[in-house]
Amino acid sequence: MGASVLQNAMIFLGAALLFVPIAKKLGIGSVLGYIIAGIVIGPFAFGFIGTEGEDIMHAAEFGVVMMLFLIGLELNPQSFWKLRRRIIGMGGLQMLLTGILFFGLFYFIQDVELNTAIALSLTFAMSSTAIVLQTLKEKNLDKTHAGKSSFAVLLFQDIAVIPILAIIPLLAATSNKEVKNIRVGFLGVIDQYPTFTIIAAVATIIFLGKFVFSPLLHWIAKAHMRELFTASALFLVIAVSWLMDLAGISAALGAFLAGVLMANSAFRHELESNLEPFKGILLGLFFTAVGSTINFGLIVQQPIKILLGVLLFMLIKSIVLYIVAVIFKLVLQQKILFTLLLSQVGEFAFILLGSIGALGMINDSLFDYYMAVITVSMIMSPVFLFLDEKFLSGKIFIQKKSDHQYKVDPKEHNEIIIAGFGHFGSTLGRFLRANGVEATILDNNSDQVLLLRKMGFKVFYGDVTRMDILEAAGISKAKILVSALDIPEKNIQLSELIAKHYPQLKLFFRAKNRIDAYELIDNGVEKIYRESIHASVYMGVDILSELGFRKYTSLRKANDFIMYDHAALYKLSKHRHDSDSYVKSVKEEIEQQERIIAEDRRFMEHKPDNAWDKSKIIEND
Amino acid sequence: MSNKKILILFFHPRFEDSKVNVKLVEGVKQLSGVTFRDMYELYPDFNINIIEEQELLLAHDIIIWHHPFYWYNCPPLMKQWLDLVLEYGWAYGSNGKMLTGKWAMNVISSGGNFNVYHNEGRNRFTHREFLNSFDQTAHLCLMEYLPPFIVPGANKLSSAEIENYMIRYEQIAHFLMKDNIDVSKLRLVENFNQLNEDQWEHQFYKMQ
Repeated sequence: MGASVLQNAMIFLGAALLFVPIAKKLGIGSVLGYIIAGIVIGPFAFGFIGTEGEDIMHAAEFGVVMMLFLIGLELNPQSFWKLRRRIIGMGGLQMLLTGILFFGLFYFIQDVELNTAIALSLTFAMSSTAIVLQTLKEKNLDKTHAGKSSFAVLLFQDIAVIPILAIIPLLAATSNKEVKNIRVGFLGVIDQYPTFTIIAAVATIIFLGKFVFSPLLHWIAKAHMRELFTASALFLVIAVSWLMDLAGISAALGAFLAGVLMANSAFRHELESNLEPFKGILLGLFFTAVGSTINFGLIVQQPIKILLGVLLFMLIKSIVLYIVAVIFKLVLQQKILFTLLLSQVGEFAFILLGSIGALGMINDSLFDYYMAVITVSMIMSPVFLFLDEKFLSGKIFIQKKSDHQYKVDPKEHNEIIIAGFGHFGSTLGRFLRANGVEATILDNNSDQVLLLRKMGFKVFYGDVTRMDILEAAGISKAKILVSALDIPEKNIQLSELIAKHYPQLKLFFRAKNRIDAYELIDNGVEKIYRESIHASVYMGVDILSELGFRKYTSLRKANDFIMYDHAALYKLSKHRHDSDSYVKSVKEEIEQQERIIAEDRRFMEHKPDNAWDKSKIIEND
Repeated sequence: MSNKKILILFFHPRFEDSKVNVKLVEGVKQLSGVTFRDMYELYPDFNINIIEEQELLLAHDIIIWHHPFYWYNCPPLMKQWLDLVLEYGWAYGSNGKMLTGKWAMNVISSGGNFNVYHNEGRNRFTHREFLNSFDQTAHLCLMEYLPPFIVPGANKLSSAEIENYMIRYEQIAHFLMKDNIDVSKLRLVENFNQLNEDQWEHQFYKMQ
């Protein structure tokens, strides 16, 4: 096809732009959307992309590299210590049990050589960090037990990849196979002593992280140029990847290590926010590339064999995951979620399998077969999750035994529905309850749901932006809907949905800030509660008091200010340009600020404070 | 028909538990020409909207301060209202003449009966005497202060008695909105309660 880089980029991005929003609308998650986009543009469907899909996949693996760097960044020793039980216990157990089962399968049933069987079983124990983390974030599951446990297991796997990669060459060496493609000169030396190389490379990165990167970032920060910082963040990750690549090891691991080393640096958040968008795009590209490189030829030739392989592998993994979940006492719904989340074979398996293949431990046809199995399992995973969400998780809750104890008469609906029972919603719910008002609660954290049910709350589990959940909670009979979701976009999404289907409801909405409030105003919500306004203005009262102002006067001013600010919110919401756009240009933000401050001036001019003011009376006496 | 308008500013910090006042306002707030404002509901935070309150005063002819009689006085929000809304240079002072000629009166519910609020009684002063500060407030703002309407012994009233007070309150509101009232005669009366003969209104109409 001889396509240019530009053309490929256009096709990839275009396909993603088309399919990902559709996938999100359908509720199947962005990962599946990317993969479908990849399949559509790949050689199997429309063939916009030929074999270069594989090259792009290699480029896009950089997204995985960045993701690992970012995971490493969040993993300072303290947070690792907090999660130690989960990471080492659950992660270790998962790895061990899965490894043993797979080893049994390969060694005893399929008669694979001992060393190869070990390498393969470790490979297939891996799950997909990229898919799972993306899914957790998207479905707002990262605070649930299943979410935290999944993260811990993935972390263990990500760390385990380092020693596994180091071990594979050793396994290959003892199995007497010639190592292919020995490079010349110094690089040849690297290739001859791979285990030593890996240790040296890791040591180099630790050295660089400690003594080079941090001082370098300090020096760059002094230049006070944001783009320089972005550049240095990128440079850091790319440099580490290049080094690791040179040493013939996975770049992802180097990046992960570098991330861990930077986790305690003062620039952690700066690095994070700079790399986040790159990571997002590249990961998307990675998923798309996975879709486009699926060897449908192979799948068409032996569909049953591959499908059986996928099902068998996922079954083995699921059994182990479920056992781990039982041992660590997750509740039923979380057990299932945890199992489904991690049941696929992940992107690290590509890397490990690549290394196994390159060392000639398995033949080409077997390599292709395993590659296909890994890819298909990665596709199946979002599908299973979608099915679970759609058909399973809601039902389990309805059928649970403990429900009968705390059963609420289905006919007896509360007048108030609270969507989201995080810090905001739970404070509200407690206050209402303290005043004898019961509310129906919707939340997607099943631990929280179970606890609340025990306490006698009427709680429904699920994504509140789904109509069937709202219906089950009795929205058609409710008077008031409170939206206290932690994610602003979800609040806004909910307001759209409600305005369309239940216009009779009185809406009370939480808003993160002005901008969210504008969106809610556009959707017709009247009662809007901005999180920060009261806290910040009352903080101002205390500051004035500290400066010697009298508290009551300041408090009156504060209340006036809040009232005025609320009025200004509605006034200024009309002046807003392109209300459809989520992306606010910097210029417009500044214009907004300007208008607000100009409005403040008018407020101060028109509001002389005459209360208990005797000065005018004295003047005129 | 007249086009006089009454503004009832109702101050009760615990309205929901006041059997008497819940009933009392029931009739009068429905009358055409009456604006009823439940002030504790409007300003639970005591943050009174001065501009809006002043506009309402200008739009009405008769201001009724309706409140329970706590410690021989008004509840704190009403005092806040007086302090904030009756501004110097607006309601009083050499340039403050915005309320000139309007009428003001108190409607109060009180626990003690007339025999307690008596110069020989436990409270030593009459209701009307305790209300002198409001009389002077109205006077300073160039308003006519009308005799108060009092619901005494409010804690021990039967439903029938409360109902009677409610009807009486309505009658008074009706009467006050008439055009031809001689306010100088009305001012001489101690309170509306003592006007209990049939057709008591007639003595206050202007001769034509």
